[in-house]
Amino acid sequence: MERVHYKQEINMTDALMNRINELISHYPEDKKKSALLPVLHEVQDAHDNWLSIELMDKVAEILEILPIEVYEVATFYTMYNLKPIGKYMFEFCQTSCCCLNGVEDLMDYTCEKLGVGIGETTADGLFEVRGVECLGACGYAPMMQLGDFYKEHLTKEKIDQLIADCRDNKIILHDK
Amino acid sequence: MKVTIDGQSIEVEPGTTILQAARMIGGESVPPAMCYYSKLKGSGGKCRCCLVEVSKGSEADPRPMPKLMASCVTGCMDGMEVNSKNSDRVREARQSVTEFLLINHPLDCPICDQAGECDLQDLSFEHGKSKTRFIEEKRTFEPEDIGPNIQLHMNRCILCQRCVQVADQLTDKRVHGVLDRGDHANISTCISKAIDNEFSGNMIDVCPVGALTDKTFRFKSRVWFNKPFNAHRECTTPGCCGKTTVWMFGNEIQRVTGRKDQYHEVEDFICNTCRFDKKEVTDWVIEGPRKFDKDSVINQNNYTREMETVHIATEEGILKGREQDRKKISMTAIPLKKEEQEEFNNGNL
Amino acid sequence: MSKKILLDKINVPGIKTYEVYRQHGGYASVEKAIKSMTPDEVVEEVKKSGLRGRGGAGFPAGMKWSFIDKKSGKPRHLVCNADESEPGTFKDRYLMEFIPHLLIEGMITSSFALGANRSYIYIRGEYMWVFKILERAIAEAKAAGWLGKNILGTGYDLELHVHCGAGAYICGEETALIESLEGKRGNPRIKPPFPAVSGLWANPTVVNNVETIAAVPWIVNNSGDDYAKIGVGRSTGTKLISASGNIINPGVYEIELGLSVDEFMNSDEYLGGMSSNRPLKALVPGGSSVPILPADLIFKTANGEDRLMTYESLSDGGFATGSMLGSGGFIVYDDTACIVRNTWNFSRFYHHESCGQCTPCREGTGWLEKVLHRIETGHGREEDIDLLWSIQSKIEGNTICPLGDAASWPVAAAIRHFREEFEYHVRFPERIKNRDHFVNEPFDKVRHLVSKQVI
Repeated sequence: MERVHYKQEINMTDALMNRINELISHYPEDKKKSALLPVLHEVQDAHDNWLSIELMDKVAEILEILPIEVYEVATFYTMYNLKPIGKYMFEFCQTSCCCLNGVEDLMDYTCEKLGVGIGETTADGLFEVRGVECLGACGYAPMMQLGDFYKEHLTKEKIDQLIADCRDNKIILHDK
Repeated sequence: MKVTIDGQSIEVEPGTTILQAARMIGGESVPPAMCYYSKLKGSGGKCRCCLVEVSKGSEADPRPMPKLMASCVTGCMDGMEVNSKNSDRVREARQSVTEFLLINHPLDCPICDQAGECDLQDLSFEHGKSKTRFIEEKRTFEPEDIGPNIQLHMNRCILCQRCVQVADQLTDKRVHGVLDRGDHANISTCISKAIDNEFSGNMIDVCPVGALTDKTFRFKSRVWFNKPFNAHRECTTPGCCGKTTVWMFGNEIQRVTGRKDQYHEVEDFICNTCRFDKKEVTDWVIEGPRKFDKDSVINQNNYTREMETVHIATEEGILKGREQDRKKISMTAIPLKKEEQEEFNNGNL
Repeated sequence: MSKKILLDKINVPGIKTYEVYRQHGGYASVEKAIKSMTPDEVVEEVKKSGLRGRGGAGFPAGMKWSFIDKKSGKPRHLVCNADESEPGTFKDRYLMEFIPHLLIEGMITSSFALGANRSYIYIRGEYMWVFKILERAIAEAKAAGWLGKNILGTGYDLELHVHCGAGAYICGEETALIESLEGKRGNPRIKPPFPAVSGLWANPTVVNNVETIAAVPWIVNNSGDDYAKIGVGRSTGTKLISASGNIINPGVYEIELGLSVDEFMNSDEYLGGMSSNRPLKALVPGGSSVPILPADLIFKTANGEDRLMTYESLSDGGFATGSMLGSGGFIVYDDTACIVRNTWNFSRFYHHESCGQCTPCREGTGWLEKVLHRIETGHGREEDIDLLWSIQSKIEGNTICPLGDAASWPVAAAIRHFREEFEYHVRFPERIKNRDHFVNEPFDKVRHLVSKQVI
């Protein structure tokens, strides 16, 4: 399938490389490929939350595997983003219990408030709204994932607050 | 070890799969296989066409297996009893798999180069229905160019993954694979890269459907209008056997493929030079006509056995036609009337 | 108050940290096992306990352990399945987030029993903060000498790491999980060979759910027999239940197996009854893939016996009138919920999560979703109900892994018990235009429109 090729600036900092080497050390020496999923998470977090072809090629080089092996994996798992996305991605769980607790109304509300549709990024590149499948927080529905964290028992007021906090740069996305 | 399939018994070595045993017996009990390929390691188990019923596990543990088993990846046990064509359950399961394979298939056989040598056509002929229950929109993929020799039609793909195994096992740097997942899984290079390994052409031969076809043969001819010959040449590519089937139309070689056996598996893999670059009759030593299954459509044009002309009086009459009908379809014989000629000139006819 | 084994110390302040956990008797099972027991003795205790796999299938854990291939001499591995993704299930996360050392202790003791020197916890990628909690807890345990080389001077070595997934429900299937742990796509493997013979990196491997492993320390500290005394029959011990839906107290509960569904649903100690003033309509007792039960089969089995929270009682009556305990994802629906919509929702989930490897699941799950979506949005045809039934029956049992079954069962059960609701959707498309169509007009009020009437 033909894909759009997005460009990205790659910056493999020392801190990032140290973390990658630590992750690689969790597996036997001849099983470097095993580190692929955690390593992709790390490089994605350090690169605006998405992976370009060049970045995946870099990972292939580090893990001494073929680039296609990285593409195969990166396209299989939903948490890897293969194109530029909004900085704050509101990933609403839309499976059964969250629906029972009104997540669909909240999604409509959020989309309307931000002026975007599901899967779209706001013009300023700050927000993106997505519907995802069960996140394992059914008892705390409705909920969403924002960065590494869950925001649970959501209400319209809480969403207003979250949007305001994002705009004020008060939200921590990754636990490093 | 003794294994019995549809009432026919055979002695097999340990490690033989049910499918292999069935192929040793031969005949109608051989399960269809869309993804298994005996020459590719790790193939099989995915398409679920070859499901069989194990009515007796083994002499030691005679319990039947509760689920239908994929015969291509299930090993024989001593005393095992298997129902293939004889079981209603198996027939029903194969019909289901056929239906599933077809719901999103474009059914574009009339313009597909694989038609006539397509395993999915054979499967549908055997297990398919003429009516569909699927009224939803079919899944489609954006086309991807994977180079000058191989045409990828993802919409026709059944994801058997044989082509990926070919790349893995015959070439050293695989550039294509299965991307995405679920019903959107697709064969791709991800970066629209040309697949230009010397053995990449074998992807075409192992593809059971028209998802990977030969660009140098594209739209040239229906396969049954070609005459297949066994041919060979002194090939200098390391690893290539140089033994092929050349597909001719008159004196022209239109296509070169590996030599396929009755299960449509190549006897040996060939290189791209043989396949794509050697299209002159002088490139090859022609051994003689290649034989195909009795009921293969390729035999429509078979001249290896003598064809007896059957005379049917009525047919002859139809073919010959009545004089007045012949006149009607012959444009020049019946000149147009004046007003008709005018309309024709105006382009309204 | 029923007995607590896993969550008994959950309210101790600071139990998340190594010091507090250790002060409250943590890691005692490691000491006891490594110093005074042989690996086989530990396996024997787990066998005696009757502990069954808590991930959903309920296979006896001790038996699974005893299948591990020790003869080949290859390195062995224990992998903890923390890829909790079954809709309705969120118990493992609770355990790992609030008492991470319990899992680590269980991993060490269990690895010792299996003779594994390299073990992993595979956690779903979305639980990234829990991944970090576990990483820190492992570092603490290692610093305290419970991991690494020569643990407690006994010569036993163990390396334990957390590995994160990246969004794929299918990786909860043990062979897909192993593939994912090897850095590949989460495609389930064709079995045999089973992981006990050829698992991670082709080495003998046991994959167990978080809750299963977390129960091991108690069994070792006390005894298998003591564990087997809890519960009823072959459903021994305690079970974590994740409760959600239209109830007063959603959350994670540890129950003794054998508690009645009625008590669990309605007592204040547990769910506290319905959250709205609406009647109970349906229950999914064990996560989205198990059959949904209609109101009349929830508290009583078809034979009129009390329905209990056990593997056996919940599956009493087979699929005709029963369901399964599964992973303990207890989802309660009141009469404002639309079963058709909910079934479509589950189908969308399975369609989204199918790996695409084998034909029936890849093609069938998408077909199910599309037909259900048409029915739910008012474009259904009368024959679509039978079509759905037929599609699900063609997927079930014909796939490589159980995801095909998991996608089929909820559809089959919904049609079996709520066929009239499907008919209503097909025949009155204008009445189900809005997604909250049963909120103001529950199905019971309109049932007469589709019921068969004798004139």
